Amino acid sequence: MLLFFVRRLSLFLFTMLLLTWFAFSLAHLFPGDPLINLTGQVNANPEQLIALGQQYHTEDHMIFQYFSYLEHIISGDLGLSMASQLPIASELANLLPATIELSIVALAIAMITGVPIGFVAAIYHKRKVDDVILTFSMIGYSIPIFWLGLLAVLIFSIELGWLPSAGQLSLIYEIDHVTGFLIIDILLSDNTYKWQAFADATAHIILPACVVALAPATIFIRLARTTMLEILETSYIKAAKAKGLSFRQIIYRHAVRNAMIQVVRHVGLQFASLMTLAMVTEVIFSWPGIGRWLIDSIYQRDYTAIQNGLLVLSIFIFIVHIITDLTYAGLNPLARERSYGS
Amino acid sequence: MKFSFSSRHIINYSLLAVIFLSGCDTSETALLTEKSIIYCSEGSPESFNPQTVTSGTTIDATAYQLYNRLLSFDSQDNSLIPELAKSWHITRDGTKVTFYLRKDVQFHDTDYFTPTRVLNADDVIFSFERILEQDHPYHEVSGGRYPFFNNNNFASIVERIEKINDFTIRFHLTGPNKGFLSSLATDYAVILSAEYADQLALQSSEQNIDIYPIGTGPFKFQEYRAGSFIRYYRHQDYWQSPALIQQLLFDITPNNTGRLTKLLASECDIVAYPIAHQTIDQHPALSLDQVTAYNVAYFGFNTQKPPFDNKLVRQAVAYAINKDAIMDAVYYGQAERAKSLLPPSAWDYEQSVNQIDYSIAKAQELLAEAGIEPGSLTIDIWAMPVQRAYNPDAVTMAKLIQADLQNIGINSNIVSYEWATFLKRLSNGEHQSVLIGWTADYADPDNFFTPLLSCSSARTGTNRALWCNDEFDQLLADALATSSSEQRRAYYQQAIELIAQEVPLVPIAHSKRFQARSSSVQGLVLDPFGGIDFTKVTKN
Repeated sequence: MLLFFVRRLSLFLFTMLLLTWFAFSLAHLFPGDPLINLTGQVNANPEQLIALGQQYHTEDHMIFQYFSYLEHIISGDLGLSMASQLPIASELANLLPATIELSIVALAIAMITGVPIGFVAAIYHKRKVDDVILTFSMIGYSIPIFWLGLLAVLIFSIELGWLPSAGQLSLIYEIDHVTGFLIIDILLSDNTYKWQAFADATAHIILPACVVALAPATIFIRLARTTMLEILETSYIKAAKAKGLSFRQIIYRHAVRNAMIQVVRHVGLQFASLMTLAMVTEVIFSWPGIGRWLIDSIYQRDYTAIQNGLLVLSIFIFIVHIITDLTYAGLNPLARERSYGS
Repeated sequence: MKFSFSSRHIINYSLLAVIFLSGCDTSETALLTEKSIIYCSEGSPESFNPQTVTSGTTIDATAYQLYNRLLSFDSQDNSLIPELAKSWHITRDGTKVTFYLRKDVQFHDTDYFTPTRVLNADDVIFSFERILEQDHPYHEVSGGRYPFFNNNNFASIVERIEKINDFTIRFHLTGPNKGFLSSLATDYAVILSAEYADQLALQSSEQNIDIYPIGTGPFKFQEYRAGSFIRYYRHQDYWQSPALIQQLLFDITPNNTGRLTKLLASECDIVAYPIAHQTIDQHPALSLDQVTAYNVAYFGFNTQKPPFDNKLVRQAVAYAINKDAIMDAVYYGQAERAKSLLPPSAWDYEQSVNQIDYSIAKAQELLAEAGIEPGSLTIDIWAMPVQRAYNPDAVTMAKLIQADLQNIGINSNIVSYEWATFLKRLSNGEHQSVLIGWTADYADPDNFFTPLLSCSSARTGTNRALWCNDEFDQLLADALATSSSEQRRAYYQQAIELIAQEVPLVPIAHSKRFQARSSSVQGLVLDPFGGIDFTKVTKN
């Protein structure tokens, strides 16, 4: 297990080096002065620029510049947003939790609906139910998310008026910013109306989370179905059948458990694509997360925000991968034997 | 697919019910949504001090929510009524105006300021001296621009302000002026707190006066996030009966479709400048309010340049314009056809005006008289590039006029620039004719005539016709000087007739202002001058 961990850690460090080098080179590839692109100091006067130049070693070789950039990144200095002139680190600290919250809820919805449906499809393999489920999962997977989002707003917000169409919480509730995760913050707050706020926040997250969840849910359906089919073919299931266990016992005691190990392994992989979907969805639902902010930054040519925002996002997704890998390894001793990261 | 609108609430209530049932402790509190109003506004305010701006967006967000004025206009007949001044007195020669202030007016008590005294003469003097005196410590804070007061030559009207006692002040005017009292009742002439200003000066953070506002109005400032929202709380010690709602939110939603969506999804209680009027009208849970605003859209001629330096050509064009077609195609019937510069719903001057009716024959006759061959004349029509309440689509209007002019043998090109450039070139007089408009600042006919057609406005640039007529200016001056309202009316009647003869511009329409709201919101009156007032709003 230790060896596995060390190998993952070294992989992480090398990937970080590559990612930061990429982000650093973006500053030179974007139009404009690389120093300003790196720091976002668009209003700095010449003296301040000279001081900044010394900090970032702009006179020295590229390698030194890179390492001084790395030093700033590690100390948490991600520069200023060119558009708002606020530190990017603090903006990200405000925005990333909203995206994570949306992604986690969406992931939970996708797993709770997708996995059981996949199992059902496998159990009814080559029958009508299987066909119907497969057809719907194919359609669900092919629907463009922005179209689905708009459709959901049209039906559930405008026509039916059931759920709100924009934002994370109605403006009328004032919730202090503690962790950045709104639902946790609401539960922590001492606002008289906190349970109303909680109900409102729940109503706000349903629609975007369901939209984000659709594509991963269809992936989970197919994944769970294939895994279950494989497991139902294995010799130990056959042995169980031969022993005279009932179908129900076979499925619940043996098949589901073993299939879940495979599914959990893919959750981490799905999380990355889920974040991407969440970012597009944020724009449609005016969700105050990192996706909307990054897309606004692209419109505003806010290079500092783009390069450092992407860097932080990639690091975050990579960390999620490592955590799921480690959890998987912890759960499944067989995986630890595979010492090379795959 | 129309379900009852309350199903949204059913979901919320059932979520709440689940929480109640799950045994969490909750005090008996009514739903906060019923004590709050969310107004979806069209843009961010530039400042929280109406003295320093002219934009309707800022006025809506601040003027009636945070502040009071000395006087105000009666919403029925636009006469002046007391507000912070409980009464006032004008000397016979009209040069001294004394105001007697109320003694029970409390300023806002907020996180950043706690008032120790009620409103008194010092506050009034501070508020106006800040505008009048160039060397006042607060004059240059926030840029030193007071556009409404500069346009009105306020500094040359007011000689000085005298404090008689704590609750009495006297304005010494340079001469009698009819418009002075009206200008004190406009959205811009708000009263700030001198005590707060002193406190800020001690902390050397003067700029905060217009960022963290303190006033006497029905709501107090709580929070503002640029481009996102403004949060106001009720001012508990408001000198009139306090507002009926606990908090007021401005949800800043510049996108027209976004505002409509939020209204339909009941995320907003009220939206500014709604689109899709028909959808809102037909919706069972929504209402559409409208009011004829004090504005006018007009087609102005540059009277300094050929061919419109010739009165006959101007008259011919005026006869050729089919205003009814414009009413249908540009305003969708949501405006009144203009008969003169003044909106008829405000002042009934129009009956005896010899107005110009649509007549191609008459137009051709006038062109022939001016010696212009059909097809020999080409003009530029400048159409403003932005949407305004008085003109939702100037380019379409220009196309209609282009077709009308074609009928009498005048060719035309439509010209448009980016808004700031457009205004700059317009002020330079580079245009031949222009489609633009005007919204009044206060309920006085003078506020239409002087800024649009007087000689002084031809110099400062708001007179787009660059028309300067001594007889007309004399009529305006006489109207301001007289104290008899009958006499004044007669002067303005003559002024209107003079415009109809000389045609420096063709008034086209007085449009309405719209506002959509959920039917559960009651008590909101849309004011013809723009500033919205949420004091009497309730929600059930």
